Amino acid sequence: MIVAEQKPLVEIAERIKEANKVLIVGCSMCVTVCLAGGEKEVGVLAAALRLLRAQTGRSLETVEYTATRQCDQEYLEAMAKIVTPDIDLIISMACGVGVQYVAERFDQWTIPALNTKLIGGTLEHGVWEERCGLCGDCVLHKTGGICPIIRCSKSILNGPCGGSQNGKCEISPTTPCAWQLIYDKMAKLGKLEALLTIEPVKDWSKARDGGPRRVVKEDVAL
Amino acid sequence: MSKLKKMFEAGQFVVTGEVGPPKSADGEVVRHHAAMLNEYVDGVNLTDNQTAIVRLSSIAAAVHVLQTGGEPVMQMTCRDRNRIGIQSDLLGAYSLGVKNVLCLSGDHQSFGNHGTSKNVFDIDSIQLIQTVKNMRDERQFLCGEEIKDHEPRFFIGCVANPFADPFEWRVLRLEKKINAGAEFVQTQCILDMERFELFMAKVRERGLHEKAYIMAGLMPLKSWRAAAYMQKNVAGMLVADELIERMKKAANPKEEGVKICVEQIKHIRQIPGVKGVHIMAVNWEEIVPAIAEQAGLLPRPQLV
Repeated sequence: MIVAEQKPLVEIAERIKEANKVLIVGCSMCVTVCLAGGEKEVGVLAAALRLLRAQTGRSLETVEYTATRQCDQEYLEAMAKIVTPDIDLIISMACGVGVQYVAERFDQWTIPALNTKLIGGTLEHGVWEERCGLCGDCVLHKTGGICPIIRCSKSILNGPCGGSQNGKCEISPTTPCAWQLIYDKMAKLGKLEALLTIEPVKDWSKARDGGPRRVVKEDVAL
Repeated sequence: MSKLKKMFEAGQFVVTGEVGPPKSADGEVVRHHAAMLNEYVDGVNLTDNQTAIVRLSSIAAAVHVLQTGGEPVMQMTCRDRNRIGIQSDLLGAYSLGVKNVLCLSGDHQSFGNHGTSKNVFDIDSIQLIQTVKNMRDERQFLCGEEIKDHEPRFFIGCVANPFADPFEWRVLRLEKKINAGAEFVQTQCILDMERFELFMAKVRERGLHEKAYIMAGLMPLKSWRAAAYMQKNVAGMLVADELIERMKKAANPKEEGVKICVEQIKHIRQIPGVKGVHIMAVNWEEIVPAIAEQAGLLPRPQLV
């Protein structure tokens, strides 16, 4: 899933200081799971912004809504009726995709409440870690199911580099060395031999290379 | 042709030194250190923004070394440039007379003075070695396009770290580097001789000492604190406790550091498969002549 975290409250408050009435839109997908932008967080943010505003002697009117999915026009249509002309500004509590969809659909100025951090999973309650680098050309079959692109701090394809010690990466004693994990897993699978093959340079044109990538599934495209 | 390569081919026990380029545009300081080393070593490494701190470029520094009559070993990392920049810099450096390149991944940018920068790592160190070799032997750019003339003909070096983990993989990774095209190898500095000997035993088991010239990396210690710091804080370093104790007890730590380094060189010369030493005395370049002298490495042979 996409993992995001909320921007500092004062930063959001500063950005909406001109507005009298704001619509705060959550999303029921990834950001609900990672406790950053679901229905509950929408309520908390609305209350906090009203309180902060009250300290300045002015009032702030908030409207709360949580879309089933902000990254889908269909679900934004469902909220069109509450985006009335008296709403000065929309705060999206979705990932960067949701913010853009909302900004595209409505005329109001739309701002993000979250920083979109990573594609990852839950490590333990309240802790999420990156697991996919969105390189567009998955190599997990070669690396024991451990992604060197995003879990190795240097995205090395023929690792580990000389900074791996006691299973940790040179960047921090709390960061596992991805290549140590790959080595251990491949050893366990009896496939260490495969790591002796020199992995050729990667085709990064399939990854972020300037300009949005697009996926088309011909059989369902209209 | 690379003088360093000729020295190895002539069967000499090769000695290289290292100069860290300055955090300024002062070429004179590079020339000064190179001139100090040239008589005592067969090559001088120029680090490429080591520990991710912005310094005078290793290409320019290599040219300063050439101007003093020295033999530069230009380091090149994968951290700061993509395959376009790397190949362009290889062409440029060779056109200026640089004949030796040492290929590395590069320290992560979080160690340096621009921690908020974006790293590149378009290709890794093994792919870099392959790239340099293909440019030379196949006269091809990475994209497959032909280099019609004046292909860069570098003598290709790599690094090996016998002290990093997983230890069992270190020799096999060196083998990958050699298979990719590495012709000489400089190791991380040895402050744990036992581990290095174990590494060399495995190197010989795989026959790698017959396929590339392996140079043992050494760093003269100035104080026990420096050694203790490296033991505790530098990832991929092993420092033997005895070494720290010995430095602690020394009446004159700097003298002791030199003594240890000299003993190490004498010991290393007896290890089968080691073809030279790389002395990293950065910020202490002036000590190299004394070490070389006491270790019996002088005079350096002159090639005709």
